[in-house]
Amino acid sequence: MAYNQYILVCGGTACMSSKAEDIYCNLLDELDAAGVRQDVQVVKTGCFGFCEKGPIVKVLPDEAFYVEVKPEDAKELVAEHVVKGRAVDRLLYREADSKENAKIDDISFYQKQVRVVLRNCGFINPESIEEYIARDGYAALEQVLTEMSGDDVIAELEKSGLRGRGGAGFPTFKKWSFTKQVEGGQKYVVCNADEGDPGAYMDRSILEGDPHNVLEAMAIAGYTVGADSGYIYIRAEYPLAIRRLQKAIEDATEMGLLGDNILGTDFSFSVEIRLGAGAFVCGEETALLASIEGERGMPRPRPPFPAVKGLWDQPTVINNVETWANIPVIITKGGDWFAKIGNGASKGTKVFALTGKIRNSGLVEVPMGTPLRDIVYNVGGGIPDGKAFKAVQTGGPSGGVITADYIDVPIDFEHLQELGSIMGSGGMIVMDEDDCMLDVAKFYLEFTVEESCGKCAPCRVGGRKLHTILDKISKGQGKPEHLDQIAEIGLSMQRASLCGLGQTAPNPALSVIRYFRDEIEAHITEQQCPAGVCKDLVQYFILPDKCIGCTLCARRCPVNVISGERKQVHEIDQSGCIKCGECYEACKFGAVARR
Amino acid sequence: MAKMTLEDLRKLRESKRQQMDMRSPDNKTADIIVSMGTSGIAAGAKDTLKAFVEELESQGLTNVAVRQVGGMGLEHAEPTVEVRVPDMPRVIYGTVDADVARAIVRRHVMGKELVNEHIFDRPAADIVEDGKQGE
Repeated sequence: MAYNQYILVCGGTACMSSKAEDIYCNLLDELDAAGVRQDVQVVKTGCFGFCEKGPIVKVLPDEAFYVEVKPEDAKELVAEHVVKGRAVDRLLYREADSKENAKIDDISFYQKQVRVVLRNCGFINPESIEEYIARDGYAALEQVLTEMSGDDVIAELEKSGLRGRGGAGFPTFKKWSFTKQVEGGQKYVVCNADEGDPGAYMDRSILEGDPHNVLEAMAIAGYTVGADSGYIYIRAEYPLAIRRLQKAIEDATEMGLLGDNILGTDFSFSVEIRLGAGAFVCGEETALLASIEGERGMPRPRPPFPAVKGLWDQPTVINNVETWANIPVIITKGGDWFAKIGNGASKGTKVFALTGKIRNSGLVEVPMGTPLRDIVYNVGGGIPDGKAFKAVQTGGPSGGVITADYIDVPIDFEHLQELGSIMGSGGMIVMDEDDCMLDVAKFYLEFTVEESCGKCAPCRVGGRKLHTILDKISKGQGKPEHLDQIAEIGLSMQRASLCGLGQTAPNPALSVIRYFRDEIEAHITEQQCPAGVCKDLVQYFILPDKCIGCTLCARRCPVNVISGERKQVHEIDQSGCIKCGECYEACKFGAVARR
Repeated sequence: MAKMTLEDLRKLRESKRQQMDMRSPDNKTADIIVSMGTSGIAAGAKDTLKAFVEELESQGLTNVAVRQVGGMGLEHAEPTVEVRVPDMPRVIYGTVDADVARAIVRRHVMGKELVNEHIFDRPAADIVEDGKQGE
């Protein structure tokens, strides 16, 4: 028996709590009543990530996407859509600014995501060069070698408006043209795959899911600027990505898509892998190049920029993995096509690694300029457990926070900078009411202090100073003048540090002082951590009038400092308490309090 | 394989594309496509893959291809699996452990019905295929 239609009812937590179960049952009843139960299967699904518009009902193969469906709508859905084959207009999803109803194949797609960089991830076998070729793989290289000059490629990149995805957002066509303009001599192409921001893993996913995409892009750059040799600098912690890259390089070389006389032309280009030991500073381009040369990974002053004087002092094009992954598609579909996606001076899409207090964590690729609200609520499915959204940290240890007040600001290079954050590599860590912003800033500073190479004093000394101050505040030893000191040290680091690591290291601290000054001041003046995270400022105790003596907290306590007989009021021995909060979470009667 | 010329590359692209296009009506095999990125493998995709292969074998199904791809970014629902069966919609399943894998073989591949509670939405439209429709 085969069904000819499928009705999918979203079974995510949010939809279920707004009566998706009733919708499911009503649909079954209505199908029975209409006598078509044997033709249509009703299925409960996992979360569709569109929780703000839930409950969601989707009909396949028609691809109709219904939102905010109520149990009583089941009758109409069956009578109209299933029996008469007419979509129920009033329930179909509409874009806020358009009157068009969204069907899956439309451009104004209900899902908000547009996958340019990740177009092949999850579609093709990354270890099969044939599958990549079948999805227009190496078509861009073919086009460049047969129809385009180096100047044509650069003109196309300029039209596309592509900017570096590694953090700073420098226009890619400019980088390439600086290298191209240098007359003659040995030149190099380098791929920066030294992904180090906590929580960001888009580069790893691209290399694991679509390695040929990056190789093809590097060959295009080689042809454009006149380089015959490329390096991929990747951290040794990414064994699967390394293995697949290695296989991709071997396959492409064997088929003549890399190596000497590519596709029978006189262009030759080879790629080698270099492994990094996982130092964060090696993501900085001059430190990365030093590391490839076999030197200690430390940055050097710029200028001269690598585009003119890079690897072994030769002109070098160096781009981040995600930037590379955009190149082949810009060639095959054209710079104009690419420039239609995005916002203002930020073109194309950006991949974000959505993590933290979010229902659907994962990789999200959205057009530049997509508001944070869409990313958090329509793609990420919102904050779990009914907690309140507090902030998002973008740009990892180099970035800052975006608060609930700015949730509708478009996310692109310019707007993030205005808010005192940066795009960075695209880590996006969502925080809810239980997160202490001081603790967040302290965490990132700990990271940058640890990862500072120590070459320049502002970063080496300034970072440690900042961390010491934040640590004092978190222990209740903060003084009001500390806030000014943070601003002063931060400014010196921004202005005087040698590389991006030190220049951006104070950003998380400066950002939380800008947006959460009250919360930081509470640590200093009232010796309190409003979120209850800073252990030295928190105390858990049991409210005698609410405790019924169920013993649950005592059983959950990992250090056994809660005492009390069954049905008697319990007590926490403060001297041994490690302030883990287990008892607070465990108590069903609100008898454990925190102050 | 010998080094390719431009002509070889175009021919290979065309033939492989037809082979991969599951919508062609004469293609009667089913595909089970397991996401095998680092996140998928960490969530147990290797066990999932093994369960699919063993279940297909024990059911004597020889017209089903099990393939691996990279991650599609649905980390919250790993391991993820795409199932393409002729005359049925292409579906992405999430949180597919060995038990769910066996259920997919029995109910989806053999029974031609979708498996409850595990379907997730494809994250975005395919720009490569879309481009073709426009040409």
